[in-house]
Amino acid sequence: MSSKQEIIHPRSPRNKLGYTSRDYEGAMSTLCAGCGHDSITAGIVQAFFELDIAPHEVLKVSGIGCSSKTPTYFLSQSHGFNSVHGRMATIATGASAANGKLACIGVSGDGDSLSIGLGHLSHAIRRNVNMLYIIENNGVYGLTKGQFSASADRGTNSKKGATNEMEPIDPVNLALNLGASFVARSFSGDKSQLIPLLKAGLKHKGFVMLDVYSPCVTFNDHEGSTKSYKYTREHCLQVVHTDFVPPTEEITAQYPEGATTEIALHDGAKIRLHKMAKDYNPSSRAEAMAYIREHQDQGEIVTGLLYCDPDSVDMHQREQTIEEPLNRYPYDKLCPGSTVLDEIQGFFT
Amino acid sequence: MDPTDTSNPAYFHKVVDCQYACPAHTNIPEYIRMIAQGDYTGSYMLNRASNVFPGILGRTCDRPCEPACRRLRLDGKAVAICRLKRVAADHKDDIQALLPEIPKEKNGKKIALVGAGPASLTVCNDLMPLGYACTVFEKLPYAGGLMRSNIPPFRLPADVLDEETGYIIDMGVDIRYGTPVESMKALLEEGYDAVFIGSGAPKGKELQVPGRKEADPSIHIGIEWLESVAFGHTSSIGKRVLIIGAGNTAMDCCRTAKRIGGTDVKVMARKPRHLLKASPWELDDAEEEHIDLVLCHSPKAFVIEDGELTGMTFEELEYTEDAEGTLRPKVVSEKFFPCDEVILAIGQENAFPWIERDLGIDFNEWEMPTVSRHTMMSSREGVFFGGDAAWGPENIIWAVAHGHDAAISIHQYCQGIPIDQRPEQSMNLKSTKMSLHEWSYANDYNPAMRREMRHVDMKTRFHALTTEVEMGFSPEQTEVEVHRCLNCDVQTAFSAPLCIECDACIDVCPPKCLTITANGPEEQLRNTLAIPAQNLQQDLFVSERLPQTSQVMLKDEDVCIHCGLCAERCPTAAWDMQKFTLHLPYAGDVKKEAVLTT
Repeated sequence: MSSKQEIIHPRSPRNKLGYTSRDYEGAMSTLCAGCGHDSITAGIVQAFFELDIAPHEVLKVSGIGCSSKTPTYFLSQSHGFNSVHGRMATIATGASAANGKLACIGVSGDGDSLSIGLGHLSHAIRRNVNMLYIIENNGVYGLTKGQFSASADRGTNSKKGATNEMEPIDPVNLALNLGASFVARSFSGDKSQLIPLLKAGLKHKGFVMLDVYSPCVTFNDHEGSTKSYKYTREHCLQVVHTDFVPPTEEITAQYPEGATTEIALHDGAKIRLHKMAKDYNPSSRAEAMAYIREHQDQGEIVTGLLYCDPDSVDMHQREQTIEEPLNRYPYDKLCPGSTVLDEIQGFFT
Repeated sequence: MDPTDTSNPAYFHKVVDCQYACPAHTNIPEYIRMIAQGDYTGSYMLNRASNVFPGILGRTCDRPCEPACRRLRLDGKAVAICRLKRVAADHKDDIQALLPEIPKEKNGKKIALVGAGPASLTVCNDLMPLGYACTVFEKLPYAGGLMRSNIPPFRLPADVLDEETGYIIDMGVDIRYGTPVESMKALLEEGYDAVFIGSGAPKGKELQVPGRKEADPSIHIGIEWLESVAFGHTSSIGKRVLIIGAGNTAMDCCRTAKRIGGTDVKVMARKPRHLLKASPWELDDAEEEHIDLVLCHSPKAFVIEDGELTGMTFEELEYTEDAEGTLRPKVVSEKFFPCDEVILAIGQENAFPWIERDLGIDFNEWEMPTVSRHTMMSSREGVFFGGDAAWGPENIIWAVAHGHDAAISIHQYCQGIPIDQRPEQSMNLKSTKMSLHEWSYANDYNPAMRREMRHVDMKTRFHALTTEVEMGFSPEQTEVEVHRCLNCDVQTAFSAPLCIECDACIDVCPPKCLTITANGPEEQLRNTLAIPAQNLQQDLFVSERLPQTSQVMLKDEDVCIHCGLCAERCPTAAWDMQKFTLHLPYAGDVKKEAVLTT
């Protein structure tokens, strides 16, 4: 079927804007049936719906690859840009600079971000661009028939039996290293973890690295793969559970005292972090890095909100840019003329 | 919850809401698909297998299927199932050759049937092909019973009745017209192997209010009056007519009155509109013909002047809800309505003055026979009841269902098989997968609204009683309406061991009726779904434990549109769309374990 049935459940809930979650959908997916990416798409749809964000106030950007096709499948009424391979981070940086009012979500994959686009990704992190950067991580180049990508674990087998001998690039370690202010990992097969992370990530001011293990059913869901549904389920270790609590909602989830910390957001919403692993500390970059590395060596995939700095200063704050989107800023102010230009030139002489 | 047992035909049967609601369990989605493919004859024969009178029922059925239709829960309008049945009947080819062969050599068993209505004829339809000799005693000169005498020809043309009753009678039924049974005792003494009583509920209810006796010449009992019109004994009525009662008989009375002289016809109802017994569409049809529907008026007296009826007084009622939520009437005023004649259509009763009470056929305090719902047998072995005769007025489709059940019993009774060892329902499930994204049924949801029936225009329809008002669906209407059907018989069949829990089905499901969750009590599971399963009439499907997480796949059957997207997006074919065919037992089918006792 080329398009999804229009009919909705007659009791479909509506958000504050009067939309149902179906209003946040896009075109029908053309990815392989069972692709983890489709699940992440469904999570994104749900997160935007629950956050009452109007689709036209969203910017979605992507590069090239299976993952980068997915913006077509959500928020069909939003602004989108499908960039060249690996350049999603650059486009997002520019777009975000020009219009800081749009909620910016970038969807990329391990190929797009960790090989050809690695340099651009690094600088977007360094600049602390206010965006949610999702890596749909499946360890293979699915679109070109399953070659290992840069995130493939050492020792993992391809569908045809070849073994990967190289060390992987781990986007979580990378982001922590480069100073990202919000670093999280999740799994496409666990929406109860993924959706609160998406919501918290969309509300965080600054660069959000969300690495999502997203199995490739066609080329990387076999025995010997470390990114299959089965392997991921067996090796996932959720260290922090995240609740996103909107401003008007009361806190309902109860956890034993001492294990929960709250992060207040600028609009009154809260991110509640509940430690599942006693010895994990999501507010220390150094401890987080050590913990993740240590468990990685034991073959465990550490998931959850791994590091968060609520006081991060994003690109706009740092550069003291204007709030008004440039396309709505009066032209004579945007381009004040040659006299002002001469003054600036004079400053450099 | 325990995992759902889909190997029991009852589960998937219930998912096919229309078929489940139909007393005769007609395979509705399949016959609609056959119409869509232009196979009207096939569709007709499939209908006939269960409901015996598709042409008649396509016009007159009370349609228990339509309020059950899933489409009603989605966009507020059921598929026009009944109208489509008529399409099959209208456009079929000659079906004579497709009727069952009647053995020349009889099996030696003789069955007597009282009344030639739908119940008795269904029994004949089922037993004649098995070699029984059926003798029907009918007091009227025609077959069809109430379908003939009470349903006016502008709703049900005589030729449709003749055709469909004829298919059965021509099987070699010995039908004796103008032969009322006056003594059950005498009938039993004639030595029949079994007797079936399908004599209907022939007695119209009386209204005992002051003036009834004096005004008698101007007062008619609805069903008697309709019969008298049907057989040409009555051909006119006064200009101003009051119909007392607002059931379907009242609708037939008022519309008939309008055609033979009534100009000011009022239907006087005691209750507010939503509580009236008449089917909503019959009320609409009457109102279209400018019949006044006067609500909340209770008859008080007939008013006589100089020995002539001049009108009736009514108490105007106001209904208020009491503490328990039941509506209680209160008299607010009294009103006089002038009229020339009155027709009483306030219900009908059974009457068995011809059954002697010392024959072992028990009657209860309301003079109703004691009949087993299961076997249709009375307290006297070998005497069976069905149709309105069994439990009072119901609809034609119920009479047909009774007839099928009675035929099974009569057959088993005559063959020495205990009648409570009923043959069972069984099912077939067949995958509809053609290729990757292709199914052998139209799985695209058609958002079109229900097609409206076309009526003969108001100028011409009153010229003759025999002018059928409903014109049937045009080809264009049919084409749209068949595609409104959701194919609920194409079932979502799930195989837990194949599931890798990728969530693809959950994410794609348009009405969001799937989830994967930890098993728990039903109430908890109903609330786990993205949109809680609040319709408790509709089942939850709960799978076996899934291999990776030991959770279960959960499906709310309520608003599944059977679009097959879950199966299209499933990477491991854990979901499949399988066509469910329910095999209903009929006379001649025998339960495997049933033992002959003789």
